[in-house]
Amino acid sequence: MLVPSPWRADFPAIATLQRQDQTYLDSAATAQKPQALLDAISHYYANGAANVHRAQHLPGAHATQAFEDSRSKVAQWLNAGDSGQVVFTHGATSALNLLAYGLEHLFNAGDEIAISALEHHANLLPWQQLAKRCALTLVVLPLDDDGVIDLQAAASLIGPRTRLLAVSQLSNVLGTWQPLEALLTLAQANGALTVVDGAQGIVHGRHDVQALGCDFYVFSSHKLYGPDGVGVLFGRNAALHHLRHWQFGGEMVQQADYQGASFRPAPLGFEAGTPPIAGVIGLGATLDYLSSLDQHAVTTHEAALHDYLLRGLKARNGVRVLGSPQAALVSFVVDGVHNADLAHLLTEQGIAVRAGHHCAMPLLKAMHLSGAIRVSLALYNDSDDLERFFEALDQALDMLR
Amino acid sequence: MSLPVDAMAALQAFQAVGGWEQRARMLMQWGERLPALADDEKVDANLVQGCESLVWLVGHLQDGHWQFAASSEARMIRGLVALLLARVNGVSADELQAVDLPGWFAQLGLSRQLSPSRTNGLNAVLQRMRELSHTHN
Repeated sequence: MLVPSPWRADFPAIATLQRQDQTYLDSAATAQKPQALLDAISHYYANGAANVHRAQHLPGAHATQAFEDSRSKVAQWLNAGDSGQVVFTHGATSALNLLAYGLEHLFNAGDEIAISALEHHANLLPWQQLAKRCALTLVVLPLDDDGVIDLQAAASLIGPRTRLLAVSQLSNVLGTWQPLEALLTLAQANGALTVVDGAQGIVHGRHDVQALGCDFYVFSSHKLYGPDGVGVLFGRNAALHHLRHWQFGGEMVQQADYQGASFRPAPLGFEAGTPPIAGVIGLGATLDYLSSLDQHAVTTHEAALHDYLLRGLKARNGVRVLGSPQAALVSFVVDGVHNADLAHLLTEQGIAVRAGHHCAMPLLKAMHLSGAIRVSLALYNDSDDLERFFEALDQALDMLR
Repeated sequence: MSLPVDAMAALQAFQAVGGWEQRARMLMQWGERLPALADDEKVDANLVQGCESLVWLVGHLQDGHWQFAASSEARMIRGLVALLLARVNGVSADELQAVDLPGWFAQLGLSRQLSPSRTNGLNAVLQRMRELSHTHN
């Protein structure tokens, strides 16, 4: 095999899916899980579940210890050091909503929020709705032909009225890395807060939030081979001071009266209700597993696979790749073929890819597309997966043309 | 309740199918046989929401019997819709209420097309047909 994956056997679901003749190429939607995660969750439930931060008993102490260990592991993964705090949410979407509500008090009518044209709905709608609530202007930074935020245009659109910039690190449709350094510098020079949606970016390569210098960095566990129902909001200490409490109840409270209450600071103050304890512990185990891998080997493998995918697609007649994908995924359409038909025939052949608008309807509309097919990769994929995809694609196109 | 002639033909054809490839080809053939929808019927009011591709559906009662017409830009969903129309066109209003449409697609070996995770739009088309038939009750 041209590009084998040495980590494939660490993910038991891949073998199961293969027995069902399914080739999983939809990891940008959600990733399969390593055995280490299954073991950790099973261990937690088999050895005594308990609520965190509120019980004096031994099971409660164990659960709280494991939960807080996961927080440290996430901080280490992001190289957060003492620069900020890691808040656990229920997903990237809920982290972004927390920001859009918790920062609302900073905005005055006429202020501007800048996002980009390629944002996932999760990093568009919370800001769009905030803009509607407070009569703000949502400024949409345009893309260049490659699918990268146009820095020249950004320089003229980000200005003194910009109070916040929220952009993706890696596009979930175009697979392009965004020029965060330049964008963050622009925003910071204008005194704007900065939010990075790392939902896709976190999965590919290691990122250092101190080097990045953003105020907030958001990602979801389930795309990073962790359990679903867990999201991470990293906030820089200075930026977290601006964040007001949003959801209330549980251990986020310090003192409560019938008529008033005071609340804890970050992180606990933003973790209302019982958090997803097993999921957070599972994420910690996943990070232990990922930390044990040779990061350079993973990056090289993913790059080789991506190159293989991109070349294979470009070699085929009528296939049009969206943008100039650099990592993780490729989206494409085929001239004269409806993406729904192609999706139908790929599904029939056991190829699990994503079809449609990829939760980025405005981007697809701007490209005058009703949808596209997205093939996305993870470290457990190998070139045989892609060969099966190419075979199925050729077969489908034969039938449709 | 006896099956309409077209439905009998569909049933015979699809129950004899060997594999996915033959089924897909036959779906496309049925889609191609679907009469074209007039341009003035391809309007937003007739658009079925919730489909990956544009699907239009119109229906009216003629002497107590339903006549539906539909169109789609995608071929597979057009085939599925053709099979749906084969089953319901010409039946009376009372009969339509009693037709088990998911059961019909199951008989054809196409029940997977109706699974909740499918966004091809067949579920939305069925829903729209129920709405249309109820407003005429």
